[in-house]
Amino acid sequence: MKRRAFLASPMLLLTALPVAAETVYAQVRAGRPLVFPRDHGSHPDYRTEWWYITGWLRSEKGEELGVQITFFRNRPGFGGQNPSRFAPRQLLFAHAALSDPRVGRLLHDQRAARAGFGLADASRTDTDVHVLDWSLARHGGEYEAHIVASEFDYALKFRPAQPLLLQGEAGFSRKGPDAGQASYYYSRPHMQVSGIVTVKGRKSAVTGSTWLDHEWSSQALAPEAAGWDWVGLNLVDGGALMAFRIRDRRAGLFWAGGTHRDGTGRVRVLRPGEIDFTPLRHWRSPRTQIEYPVMMRIKAGNIELVLGPSMDDQELDARASTGTIYWEGAVRAHERTRLAGRGYLELTGYWKPLKL
Amino acid sequence: MELSAASVRRRLFLAPIAEHKGRSILSIIAIALGVALGYAVQLINQTAVNEFTQAVQALSGQADLEVRGPRSGFDESLYPLLARMPEVAVASPVLELLVRIAGKREPLMLMAVDVFRAAQVQPELVLSDAVESIDFLRPDRIFLSRSAAEWLGVGVGGEIGVQVGLSEVRLQVAGIVRGANFRQPLGIVDIGGAQWRLEKLGKINRIDLRLKPGAGVETFQARVRSLLPAGVLIERPEANVTRGARMSRAYRVNLNVLALVALFTGGLLVFSTQTLAVVQHRAQTGLLRALGMTGGQIRTALIGGAAVVGAVGALAGAALGHLAAELVIRHLGADLGAGQFRGMVPEVRMDPLGFLLFTLLGIGTAVLGSLVPTLDAVRASAAQALKSGDEQRMFERLRSPLPGALALLVGVALTQGPSVLELPLFGYAAIACFLVGTIMLMPQLALVCFRGMPSPRPVSARLAVAQVAGAPGQSMVSLAAIVASVSLMVSMAIMVTSFRISFDAWLERLLPADLYMRTGLFNDAAFLSPENQDRVRSIAGVRRAEFLRRQQLLLAADRPSVLLLARAIDREEPEASIPLVGAQVVAKIGGPPPVWVSEAVADLYGYRVGQTVELPIGGRTERFLVSGIWRDYARHQGSVVMERDVYVGLTGDRDVNEAALWFDAGSAAERSAMAASVEEAIRASLPGGTNLEIHLPGEIKARSLRVFDRTFAVTYGLEAVAVIIGLFGMSSSFGALVLARRREFGMLRHIGMTRRQIGGMLAAEGALVSALGLATGIALGWLISMVLIHVVNRQSFHWSMELHMPWGTLSAFVAAMLGLAVVTALASGRSAMSHEAVRAVKEDW
Repeated sequence: MKRRAFLASPMLLLTALPVAAETVYAQVRAGRPLVFPRDHGSHPDYRTEWWYITGWLRSEKGEELGVQITFFRNRPGFGGQNPSRFAPRQLLFAHAALSDPRVGRLLHDQRAARAGFGLADASRTDTDVHVLDWSLARHGGEYEAHIVASEFDYALKFRPAQPLLLQGEAGFSRKGPDAGQASYYYSRPHMQVSGIVTVKGRKSAVTGSTWLDHEWSSQALAPEAAGWDWVGLNLVDGGALMAFRIRDRRAGLFWAGGTHRDGTGRVRVLRPGEIDFTPLRHWRSPRTQIEYPVMMRIKAGNIELVLGPSMDDQELDARASTGTIYWEGAVRAHERTRLAGRGYLELTGYWKPLKL
Repeated sequence: MELSAASVRRRLFLAPIAEHKGRSILSIIAIALGVALGYAVQLINQTAVNEFTQAVQALSGQADLEVRGPRSGFDESLYPLLARMPEVAVASPVLELLVRIAGKREPLMLMAVDVFRAAQVQPELVLSDAVESIDFLRPDRIFLSRSAAEWLGVGVGGEIGVQVGLSEVRLQVAGIVRGANFRQPLGIVDIGGAQWRLEKLGKINRIDLRLKPGAGVETFQARVRSLLPAGVLIERPEANVTRGARMSRAYRVNLNVLALVALFTGGLLVFSTQTLAVVQHRAQTGLLRALGMTGGQIRTALIGGAAVVGAVGALAGAALGHLAAELVIRHLGADLGAGQFRGMVPEVRMDPLGFLLFTLLGIGTAVLGSLVPTLDAVRASAAQALKSGDEQRMFERLRSPLPGALALLVGVALTQGPSVLELPLFGYAAIACFLVGTIMLMPQLALVCFRGMPSPRPVSARLAVAQVAGAPGQSMVSLAAIVASVSLMVSMAIMVTSFRISFDAWLERLLPADLYMRTGLFNDAAFLSPENQDRVRSIAGVRRAEFLRRQQLLLAADRPSVLLLARAIDREEPEASIPLVGAQVVAKIGGPPPVWVSEAVADLYGYRVGQTVELPIGGRTERFLVSGIWRDYARHQGSVVMERDVYVGLTGDRDVNEAALWFDAGSAAERSAMAASVEEAIRASLPGGTNLEIHLPGEIKARSLRVFDRTFAVTYGLEAVAVIIGLFGMSSSFGALVLARRREFGMLRHIGMTRRQIGGMLAAEGALVSALGLATGIALGWLISMVLIHVVNRQSFHWSMELHMPWGTLSAFVAAMLGLAVVTALASGRSAMSHEAVRAVKEDW
């Protein structure tokens, strides 16, 4: 299970998904090798899945923007026997956001649909997912995303510049002490992006560096967990760092993990004990009064970084549609005073414990 | 006593009211009733329209356009087609069904939606206190509006049973819809689950569309129209309001016309009161004129008095109307019992415009009624007025038969007019012309009748004839009142009797079988499957079973759907199954199959016998030959009858909603005795057979006639009121005239006539005048009933009927009227003669 899924996925996903008697979800097991390009595609036998792109964009004028594009797939576990074409066998959601420090708040929008009628679908053979007029697809090794939101549009192309980064044990990523609490998970750090971003009718050509996650599992978040902090960073030395911690309901640590690939391509998988998140500064949302630790010191193995947001207000209030409020924002990582990398920080469960 | 001008005016002003308390009160009652009825109808309608508009707005949410098909639905493939159109921001597929909930007779409206799409069109719909929002996707869950939950008596976690086919699908209540706008009883289910469990796979019947900003709605609408299958329309959501309002418009307008009749009666009463007052006070008025009061002052005083009567009546009427509207809405609902707003008691809000309109109408009627006598009083010179016998003058202006004849001719011409906005406005105008024309012609008619009469032997009778022939003007007010009330009563009686007898005969024709069963009248999910039809056929004692499929046909966007009845019918001999009116043609083999359309369809859509028409059947446009027009009193929105084989061939739909069963031969008594055992066998051998409605034809007939009588109860009631008021008007004005002739009686007594003889004279006069009034009233009533039957009913409700005269009622009525007239004349004469003969003669000097 990846944290972000639980945040951004609509309320429908957040609520418990009791398994209907007829539904047997495929289970995540260690030792199953990921096979590509098949595993770029969707895995409808599993309960949840997402393709998640975050990153930093730079316009021709030098303005820096944060970007987030997420496509979720969910199998609610009923509707299998229903011959109707409307049967909700698979649900698809998409979420897009843009952080523009000049706007001062997060611009975001979303789409939701049941798969079917060609209006929403996720291919089993390669990354090719669309929800109504939003899409993310891989063509000839490059990804293309088309998002038409209420306050902004993207038409972006992503070119992988580095090999895949398989998280955990060759893509088997533990999310808790139980063997079953795990997901299949790989990332693509340092994807080079180019394209057009339109904000309120103003078009700008952008380039930048992004991070793609693709993760799927059938395991719900452990009942003890209250929320999580996650960060994915493209380091300036060409390396990549992913670190997360899952907090329990007494604000203690439930589980943690991470992966570091250095500039030479050497990968180190980090154990729970090697990860530490320490809040340095909190920001209180004037809208919701929720406090988020928007500035953090993280330790991941022998790396120690300070994460600072590109702007404080990157809160995403999705109560109306997704039933949750969280913070998902562009951050810079500093090693002492030196800029060490850029990436995204995600803070969930600060409003109230995520209900499962 | 000192007389100030003001006090004189005040006395003059109020004297007629005070002096004729009884008559004034009657005038007030009549005006109040007219205003009350009109205002109540207006309020009820306004409340219904408000509720309906509100409900439509809640249901359509932010949709710019709505694609709508018949309840049976259209192919779901239209949904992705529209969803992908570039102008479309949101396309939300909906399956809207009326279903029967176990334990309830009335249906529940079910909206099956894709929650993801519906949330973007009707955001309030998906706001609920649901524990788990994922329940919006579960096939075994339902969300209820608060009124639905209250009506069904279930809460969250409870279960309800929805009838599908004949069996029951259990749904768990997952939440209550919180949106305050969803006041009507409503259930929300997932569209995928509904298609599956309510056996509607592949079908939807509505698509809500929200367009992108800047998209031209009209252009888009026109473009989509060309893509839609037959019978599917694209329209603005407001069209639902128009359609809904149309359902009851004809009934409403007819009630309003009844209100006008009550007002008319009130006006007539004011007229008679004022005439009498003017006649009685002529001498006083003359005196006042001689003393220097101007005509204007007198006019103001007299009209003011009438206006007071009108205002009191109108205000009382408005209050009464409001009360009546509240009562009706509390007990029947704003839709008068149709069940759309079940479980809601909408608030009746005062309608300032309607209030003003009906109050002014009430006052105006009274003022108008006083106008003729007032103007007459003013016109008379003081010297002339002070003389006796001047009463005659007032009617002299009606000497010419021209205006009356002209009014009648115009009336005749108006009967040929078409309906205006689907209302028989010309018909109503024709009735008004007949009424006014006849009353205007009454002096002429009286002259011709009474002058041509042979002079009878007895002195009193001879005097009576001489009196009515010599001074017909004096009895004009009575005559007008008699003619108006008699003609209205007679016309209504003829119309209702004709309708009731025609309806009775129609029911008899339509219910030839021994037993009838149906799956519920408003139920889109209930049906008898082919297997169950076979089971019914094989029940012991059943010789023959005929099945009927009921479906909806949407022929025009702005009209309610027409009912399609697919049933057994012989194309050579359709008359054996349904009552046809007018010509018919037999469909040729190989040509388009025949349909028989109801009179409403013929009127509203212009279908003619022999014409080939296109009907949307099963999503395709099919050609049919209109073989005949049939009389259908049951469905005023229209119906189309088709052979069931043809229907099954075109749609593949073998389910049915109704069955008619004939038992093995035997006497009528034996067969009706069999009904109970057959019913029991049906209920036992069909799964879900307990959900069937099974009735004997006699029960159906009795219930239908009860409904008929209830529908006309308002009519009966108002008719009775109008007649009573008319009769009082007649008797009081007659009495007044007698009073005015005190001097004459004094003279007659002076020259030696006995009281008895004078009494006889008055009785004969009363009888003569009443007889003329009755005869004219009946003739005029018959004429008006012809307009009601052939123009008003035909154009309002689109049904024809045969003329049936209520002879019994009419004879009783005539006898009562004559008796009443004689008694009134006698009683008034007695009171007039109680004065001293000498004093009466003296009065003139």
